[in-house]
Amino acid sequence: MLLQPEAGLLFWMFLSFGIVFAVLAKFGFPIITKMVEDRNAYIEKSLDAAKEANKQLAHIKEQSEAILASAREEQVKILKDAESTRTRIINESKELARAEGLKELEELRKQMKLEKEDAIKDIRRQVADLSVDIAEKIIRNNLNSNTEQMAMIDRLIDESMVSKS
Amino acid sequence: MNSRLKYIFVLVCLFVMGSTSSYASSEEHSSEGEKSLNVKELILDHLADSYQWHITTWGDHPIVVSLPVIVKGENSGWNVFSAARFDHGHSAYKGFYIAQEGDYKGKIVEKNASGDEIRPWDISITKNAFALLVCSIITLVLIMSVARWYKKNSTAESPKAPKGFIGFMEMFIMSVNDDIIKPCVGKNYKKFAPYLLTTFFFIFINNIAGLIPIFPFGATVTGNIAVTLVLALFTLVIVNIFGTKEYWKEVFWPEVPTWLKPIMIPIEIVGVFTKPFALMIRLFANILAGHSIVLGLVCLIFLTVKLGVAINSSMTVVSVVLTIFISFVEILVAYIQAYVFTMLSAVFIGLAQAEPHHAKKHE
Repeated sequence: MLLQPEAGLLFWMFLSFGIVFAVLAKFGFPIITKMVEDRNAYIEKSLDAAKEANKQLAHIKEQSEAILASAREEQVKILKDAESTRTRIINESKELARAEGLKELEELRKQMKLEKEDAIKDIRRQVADLSVDIAEKIIRNNLNSNTEQMAMIDRLIDESMVSKS
Repeated sequence: MNSRLKYIFVLVCLFVMGSTSSYASSEEHSSEGEKSLNVKELILDHLADSYQWHITTWGDHPIVVSLPVIVKGENSGWNVFSAARFDHGHSAYKGFYIAQEGDYKGKIVEKNASGDEIRPWDISITKNAFALLVCSIITLVLIMSVARWYKKNSTAESPKAPKGFIGFMEMFIMSVNDDIIKPCVGKNYKKFAPYLLTTFFFIFINNIAGLIPIFPFGATVTGNIAVTLVLALFTLVIVNIFGTKEYWKEVFWPEVPTWLKPIMIPIEIVGVFTKPFALMIRLFANILAGHSIVLGLVCLIFLTVKLGVAINSSMTVVSVVLTIFISFVEILVAYIQAYVFTMLSAVFIGLAQAEPHHAKKHE
């Protein structure tokens, strides 16, 4: 009994399965599988794009790092250069200043020497003047003794020295 | 964990009480009629098709859903009427009546001019046909709701992933698509995926519906040979319509030594039909067996009534536990049978897509 297919049920089964199959095969499963496949493709694409972007980012990072490193190197070099330039300039200016100072000193010395000579000349002239003056006075006073004369001269010289200085 | 165990215990107790009380009521009104329970009759009766859907018997009053009868009599043409007209098989209506014995036992028959009992054209919506229609609608609604979600929410440019139930359905559909259909059919699988997916979900939903013992489920739809016959026919037709030239060559002119050909060709031709035949029998027998086991285990309760209260109650517990266990196994079987039917259909379709690559190698 169980092994005999019933015509009525065959008919209904054929009908219902046929309709279910027709509807689902047209409007059901293809849409679902297509959408899921589209989504998978989209995800794949997005992943690839992300990977590519990551790669590019890494590349850019590498580049920027290289740039940074070179910049740092440059900076160090520049600093070193500046340092050396500075010390050089300082040294040079020191040297120059010393030379200048020496020259000035020399000049000063020369001038001093000149002035000294001038002064000496002046003193000499004054001494001569004084001597002449003194001699005049001595002559005018008509001195008696030699010792008196000498003391007088000394005193006069002292006086003139004091007044000179 | 402890609370879960308690819950299970309470559930089992409820089951036991429920079944014993229903036994009590059935015992009451069957004690007048037959004395002993005919288990074979009972199980076959449950598995067979009927014109009415017997839900339960309340006291003496059977609660029944009468289904429409559609018959074409010898002279009376097409008739559509409710099965309630038969008054549970006791009376005839318009010359049609339900045979109580003979070849057509339980079926609508009429008398022809010479007085012989004949079977009219009968496309009544029987219990199985009704369950079939319900399950078809469920399948349609289920899959179409998923498809609609995609149509509404997802485009190829900005696809979206569904959540919740639709996400689950997507996973289910794609697992069948990717794990069964794709590897079994081969590179042409897209053409056949809709058919195979429909088959899978149709069988799976019918199997599961057969396990739910509440109206309008619980019919043995996929355990009915007419249903599996149609499914197998669909596979047979699709396999052979889309079979390649190479496939037909392998059937009618297989590459074997000439003296083997007279043997091989009939075998191959028979093989064309045995493959779907095996599909039909496998599904039918598995589901039928599962339902029979459940029914048999439930009958255990009623069979042990006469052996005393102690044995009866202990057997009741055993029966309920076993029934629950078998029901879980049946859920597995529901999936496995749908899986196997789909997979084998896919394999047969894949075999029919044979390409002539090894033929060329031979030349």
